[in-house]
Amino acid sequence: MTSTPAPPVFKRGNSIQLPALPRLIRFALLIALDVAVFWLLNRLASLGYYPLMAAVLIITLFVNFVLIRREAYPLRWMLIGLIMMGLFTIYPIIFTVWVAFTNYGEGHLITKKQAIDQILDLTYLPPSGKAYSWTAFRSDEGDYALWLIDAEGNAYLAKPDEPLSQPQPGEMGVGPLDARGIPESIEGYRRLNQIQAATDRNLKNIKFGEEGKTIQIRSPSEAAELLPLYVYDPDLDAMINQETGVVYKNLRGTFTSADGKTLRPGFIEFIQFDNFRDFFISPALRGPLLRLVTWNFAFAFFSLLLNFSLGLFIAILFNDPNFPLKKLIRSLLIIPYTVPALITILIWRGMLNPDIGVISRFLYSTIGWSPQWFTDPWWAKIAILLVNLWLSYPYFMLICSGALQSISEEIYAAAEVDGANPWQKFWRITLPLLLVAVGPLLIASFTFNFNNFNLIYLFNAGGPPMAGTPTPAGHTDILISYVYNLAFSGSRGVNYGFASAITIIIFFIVGTITLFQFRYTRMWEEVGENA
Amino acid sequence: MPEKSFLEKLRTSATAQRRLSIAIRLIIAVFLIIFSIFPVLWVISASLSPTGTLATQRLIPANPGLDNYRTLLSMQQFPFWSWFLNSIKISSITAVLSLSITTVAAYAFSRFRFRGRQTMLKAILLINVFPSLLALVAIFLMFSQVGDVIPFLGLDNHNSLVLVYLGGAMGVNIWLMKGFMDTIPRDIDESAQVEGASDWQIFTRLILPLLRPILIVILILNYITTYGDFVLARILLRSNEKYTLMVGLQIFAGAQFQQRWGVFAAGALMGALPIMIIYLALQDQIVGGLTRGAVKG
Repeated sequence: MTSTPAPPVFKRGNSIQLPALPRLIRFALLIALDVAVFWLLNRLASLGYYPLMAAVLIITLFVNFVLIRREAYPLRWMLIGLIMMGLFTIYPIIFTVWVAFTNYGEGHLITKKQAIDQILDLTYLPPSGKAYSWTAFRSDEGDYALWLIDAEGNAYLAKPDEPLSQPQPGEMGVGPLDARGIPESIEGYRRLNQIQAATDRNLKNIKFGEEGKTIQIRSPSEAAELLPLYVYDPDLDAMINQETGVVYKNLRGTFTSADGKTLRPGFIEFIQFDNFRDFFISPALRGPLLRLVTWNFAFAFFSLLLNFSLGLFIAILFNDPNFPLKKLIRSLLIIPYTVPALITILIWRGMLNPDIGVISRFLYSTIGWSPQWFTDPWWAKIAILLVNLWLSYPYFMLICSGALQSISEEIYAAAEVDGANPWQKFWRITLPLLLVAVGPLLIASFTFNFNNFNLIYLFNAGGPPMAGTPTPAGHTDILISYVYNLAFSGSRGVNYGFASAITIIIFFIVGTITLFQFRYTRMWEEVGENA
Repeated sequence: MPEKSFLEKLRTSATAQRRLSIAIRLIIAVFLIIFSIFPVLWVISASLSPTGTLATQRLIPANPGLDNYRTLLSMQQFPFWSWFLNSIKISSITAVLSLSITTVAAYAFSRFRFRGRQTMLKAILLINVFPSLLALVAIFLMFSQVGDVIPFLGLDNHNSLVLVYLGGAMGVNIWLMKGFMDTIPRDIDESAQVEGASDWQIFTRLILPLLRPILIVILILNYITTYGDFVLARILLRSNEKYTLMVGLQIFAGAQFQQRWGVFAAGALMGALPIMIIYLALQDQIVGGLTRGAVKG
């Protein structure tokens, strides 16, 4: 242990007496960092990204603590790693948990305040109320202007996206007025007669005047100011339509009327355990999800069984130091493991192509039949197990041959004296001892395959698709590829909330298996070693 | 010589029995080798085949040539060469930075005694059980938000991708590295301390050189994992010329798989070759690392 009593001031080394310059540099950098973070926090707050803001703030406080306090010295050695872990591992986990309890997704992407503001911007043309008589003008470029006269006889010039003005003849290009007080011309515009105005297709849809105070044509004789269509009632937590009087109540983040009509956009809202409830008991999802989870476990289990069996078989076969060409054989057999998995999977996709791939062509020419590797649910599953076998047996071959060498010859010799045959030797000695050595790696492999997104997604995108599911799901989809579709494919609308809820369920499954693995390997106790 | 006596002889003679057993195992080995290298041979052949479609390819192509490679490197719509360079750049930077973070942190865990040390080591293991793949949604949204404020750390940016990969640097490999460091006797450090060396000097001059074998293994596994990553890159990168090789190949395969199978094969081969060479050249070290529990994605 290095814990020594308070060192004398002049002790050299061990960074007790810090040289002044590095210390100054450290504090200068820290202040610069804090200023930059302060600016960043401001910007994030103005955009409403509060969760991210909180994460940045907490991590920055931690950095300050570590760099200022003497007792945090060991943490300085791993500060960058901890920052990265905080931002890109821990924050996403917490964020995922938060999202899992919301309805975040298509139609629910913005905050409630933003959604209310957007809905309040909607306007309608009141059938009665203050009105103007109007005359239309049109420029050669297709821009329009209106000359409006209200009931008191005040005249206004209205153009889209500009405030109303009250020009006298001669101002703003307005020509002399006629008997009814309408200018005969406006510079750059032609006056439209009543027939031209009545037949102009664009005119009726144009909003004149600045935003919030816009005027639209209501009839051939009248134009009127638009009014807000909705009013928000905070007590009812509802939107009230001013034109029809219909009340739209907040229902899971969407303003919905009694007869089921909804207002766009919806907003993010806490929906407690609804996502989890959907996962476990939604009748529409139960069928597909049950099949998906079953296949997920079956896939991980059979992959492990097949890959381990073949790897072990090969390892035993060549577990002989004097075997000829041993090194060459091993090099050739690990080749599948050396190819990046994505490339392997795409190559197999080509080779298994049901009509023109080499394997199908070979089967057709020899036995006249070939499985539909991509469209038949069962053959697609078999194909995936086959490709996974090719991808991973070399790994098991390598770890098994390593473990086999650690089993001492004496045990076998003793077994032979007792008259054990090779079969008994394998089941009673080799396999149990081997499982002790490679057990943890097998569990790790199971959890890896449980989430083997690349294989499922790249080989057949989870297909063939199941019929009649409320969200897209395929016969070879596993949970993680299903989550990916929910969150990113968008073909039937992304649903981050539901995707995150499933993510957490996966985390619990994998976490349980891993805790079991730690127990099994006594990894916890290992921490204490050399302490 | 009658057949029966030959078999009899076989059964009785130990050397002959051993020869038979080796012969059988060699035959099995041949079948296994065919299973393991056939796809690779098939891709090599496809990449050299001038007709270049999936339907017409044969194992021994007629008139082999390098046309597919020329096409591959000159496609406008699919900038293979940029993808390749992107992948090498991102993997190299990530591998080196990630190794540095892991090594320095492992040194602190191995040599310093501080409160919360054991808890942190356990937490690192547990947190990494939550694979970054599962946090895809959060990571995607996070970078789209950060990008609104700091454009060079947003979506479609290599910096962001490297940072996400570095998030995994405090992972299982810290345990591996710490375990290795624990085997280096502390007497070495203590005598250097007496001489007046600082922690940093002890780390860089004494410990680091002794770590060379494990450094190489972790560096290479980092490189291979990053090079082969698909899904994070797929989600964070948006524009054609920024893709990594894996993303690019997947997109190319989605678009023109069957018609330009030969071109795809050429790209797959060129993409796989660097990793295959590293593996086969350093297989003993890598196997050593794998059995100790190092991770490859």
